[in-house]
Amino acid sequence: MSSVIESHHDDHHHGPAKGLMRWLLTTNHKDIGTLYLWFSFAMFLIGGAMAMVIRAELFQPGMQIVEPEFYNQMLTLHGLIMVFGAVMPAFVGLANWLVPMMVGAPDMALPRLNNLSFWLLPFAFGILLSSLFMEGGAPNFGWTFYAPLSTTYAPPSVTFFIFSVHIMGASSIMGSINVIVTIMNMRAPGMDLMKMPLFVWSWLITAYLLIAVMPVLAGAVTMMLMDIHFGTSFFNAAGGGDPVLFQHIFWFFGHPEVYIMILPAFGIVSHIIETFSRKQLFGYSSMVWAMLSIAILSFVVWAHHMFTVGMPLAAELFFMWATMLIAVPTGVKVFNWVATMFKGSITYETPMLFAISFVVLFTIGGFSGLMLSIVPADFQYHDTYFVVAHFHYVLVPGSIFSIMAAVYYWIPKWTGNMYDERMGRLHFWLSFVGVNVTFFPQHWIGLAGMPRRYPDYALQFADWNMVSTAGAFLFGASQILFLFIVLKTVMGGKKATPQVWEGARGLEWSVESPAPYHTFSTPPKVN
Amino acid sequence: MNNSAKRTLKYLSFAVFGMFFFSFALVPLYDVFCEVTGLNGKISQSEEGTSYESNTGRDLTIQFVSHNAEQMPWVFKPSEKIMKVKTGKYSNATFFVKNNTDKPMTARAVPSVAPSNANEYLKKLECFCFEEQFLAPGEEALLPVRFIFDSNMPESINNVALSYTIFDITNYNDMEMAHHDGR
Repeated sequence: MSSVIESHHDDHHHGPAKGLMRWLLTTNHKDIGTLYLWFSFAMFLIGGAMAMVIRAELFQPGMQIVEPEFYNQMLTLHGLIMVFGAVMPAFVGLANWLVPMMVGAPDMALPRLNNLSFWLLPFAFGILLSSLFMEGGAPNFGWTFYAPLSTTYAPPSVTFFIFSVHIMGASSIMGSINVIVTIMNMRAPGMDLMKMPLFVWSWLITAYLLIAVMPVLAGAVTMMLMDIHFGTSFFNAAGGGDPVLFQHIFWFFGHPEVYIMILPAFGIVSHIIETFSRKQLFGYSSMVWAMLSIAILSFVVWAHHMFTVGMPLAAELFFMWATMLIAVPTGVKVFNWVATMFKGSITYETPMLFAISFVVLFTIGGFSGLMLSIVPADFQYHDTYFVVAHFHYVLVPGSIFSIMAAVYYWIPKWTGNMYDERMGRLHFWLSFVGVNVTFFPQHWIGLAGMPRRYPDYALQFADWNMVSTAGAFLFGASQILFLFIVLKTVMGGKKATPQVWEGARGLEWSVESPAPYHTFSTPPKVN
Repeated sequence: MNNSAKRTLKYLSFAVFGMFFFSFALVPLYDVFCEVTGLNGKISQSEEGTSYESNTGRDLTIQFVSHNAEQMPWVFKPSEKIMKVKTGKYSNATFFVKNNTDKPMTARAVPSVAPSNANEYLKKLECFCFEEQFLAPGEEALLPVRFIFDSNMPESINNVALSYTIFDITNYNDMEMAHHDGR
C-alpha cells in the first residue's frame, strides 16, 4: 500500500527543472541519455570534420592542403574522437534512455553517478581538443599510441592526452557500473534474465567488457606517464623495458574495446529487424549465447593485431585460430537475423533500411576480418588500406549505422513526434552510397600495397583515392541532413502513438509517446 | 539503494581495481613468459654453462649485428661480422666501441637472437650486454662475449644472428631503473 502512495507523491512534484540547471544537475536517465546522445553527435561532427581534412589531403598524390605534422594530428584525433567520443557515448546514451524503460525500472540505479559520468566527458574531450592549440601540436602518434612514438618521441601535449584518457576511462567505468547494477537489481518482477530484451543483454555484456578492460587502458597510459615523467622504463629498451609489451597491453584492452563498439549494435539491430519483419526474433537464446562467446573470445585474440612484431609460430597459430573461431558465433547472429526476416511481412522504413544494410555491410567487414586473421595473408595486408577498409566497414556501416537506426527507431518515443520518412530514406540512401564509395575502393588500394597513415602516396593509387574522397564528402554532407532531420523531429511533426511501430514489442512501447519524465514508478507486470 | 544493489556495486568496484593492478602485473608476467618460453630473443644469463660442452658438435655460422639506437653517437661494431663455430664448444667474440664525443657517457646494449627458436640453445657465459658500459671522452674498448650453443640444437638451424642495439643511458643514471634485471 505504502509504495502506491509514494509513487503518487512522486508524480506530482518531480517534473524537469527549468533552464540550464536542469541539464547540469539532472539525475533523470532520460535527460542524461539525451545529453549523451547530443554530445556524441557533436563529437561525430568534429571527428567527421577531421576525416574530411584527411580525405581532402588524399584527394591527389603529393602534399596539397596540410602539413604532414598536422595530418598526423588529424589522423590521431579522428580515431580517438570517433572511438571514445562518438560511438561509445552514443551507446551509453541509448543505454540510459532505453535500459530502465526496457526492464521496467524507474531510473538508473545510481542517478548521481550517472550525472557525474556524463559531465566528465566534456572535460575529457575539451582537454584532448585543446592540445591542438598547444606548442608542439596535438598527439600525432595514431589512435593506438604505440610506444615509443607516444613516449620518447611524443609532443609535450601527450600528458594532456593521458589525463583525458584517464577521465574518459573513469566516465565509461562509472557508466558501466551503473548499467550492470540497474540490470542486475532493478528488473520488474517476472523479467528473468532470459526474458530481457536483447539490447539490455548486449549492454550487460558490454558493460562487463568495459569494466574488465578500461582499467587496463588506464594502466597502459599510467605506465606511459611514468616513463615520460618519472624515469621508469616500462616501454624503453635502454632501461630494460620493451616497446612490444606496450602493444600487448594496448591490444589486451583494444580487442575487447572493438567488441564494446559492436555488441550494443547487435542488440539494436535485433529489435529493429524483429519489429519490421513483424515476427518474433529467430533464435533468442542463441543470440545471447553468441554475444557471450564473442565477449569471452575477445580476451584471447589480441595478438592478431601484431602478427608482424615477431612471434613464435605456435603463438601465431593460436591467435589465428582463436580469431577465426569468432566467426562462428558472429555467423550465428547473421543467420538468425536473416531467418527472422525470412517469410516476414517486411516494410522498409528508415530504421529497417539502416538495419538491413548493417547486416550486409557488417558481414563484409567481418569477411575482410577473416582474411586478415590468416597469418601469412596478414603479413601482406598489415598496415595497408585493406585494414583501414576493414575496420571502417565494421565501424561506420556497422556501429554508426546501428546508432542511426536506433535514433530513427526510438526518436518517436523520445520526442513524441514522427520523423520525416521521406527525408529519413534520403539520408539513408546518401549515407549508404557515400559509405561504400568511400571505403570499398580502399580494399583494392590496400591489396595493391598502399600503406596506411601517410599523407602522400604513390601515383598508381591516385584514381581510387579520388573516388574515395568524393564518397567521403558525400557521406559527410549527408550527416548534416541527419542533424536537420533530428532537429525537425524535436521541434514537431506528426504525433506518434504509444506503440509507434505496428510490430513493436517491449515495455518501452507500453508508455505514451513522448515517454513521460518518470516511467514505471511502480513496476509493470511482465508475463 | 537496496542491499543487493550495494553488493553488486561492491564487487564491480573491486573488479575495476583488480583489473587496474592486473595491467601492471602484465609487465612481470610478460618477462616471465618470455624467459620461460625463450620468446622475443631475450637471453637469460647462464651460470653453469659447462654442462653444455660436448664433443658431438656440428658447424654453425654466427652473424654479429650491431645497431645504434637513435641519437647514440658511439662507434659500435663487431670485430668480426661472421664467425664459424661448433655447437658444444665455447666461442669468444668481441665488439669494438668508441666514445667519439667529448663527454663521458654510459651505454647499455640490448641483445636479440634470430631465429628466435635458437634462443633456448644459446648460453652466454659472459656478455657486455649484462652490464652498463662507461667510456670517458674519446675512450675505446673491446667488449667480450663468451657463448656456447647446446649441441641438441635442431639441425634445421645453421645460421644464427646475434644482434645488439646500443642505447645511450647517461641521463638515466640519476633515475631509478624500472626493472634493472641485467638481461
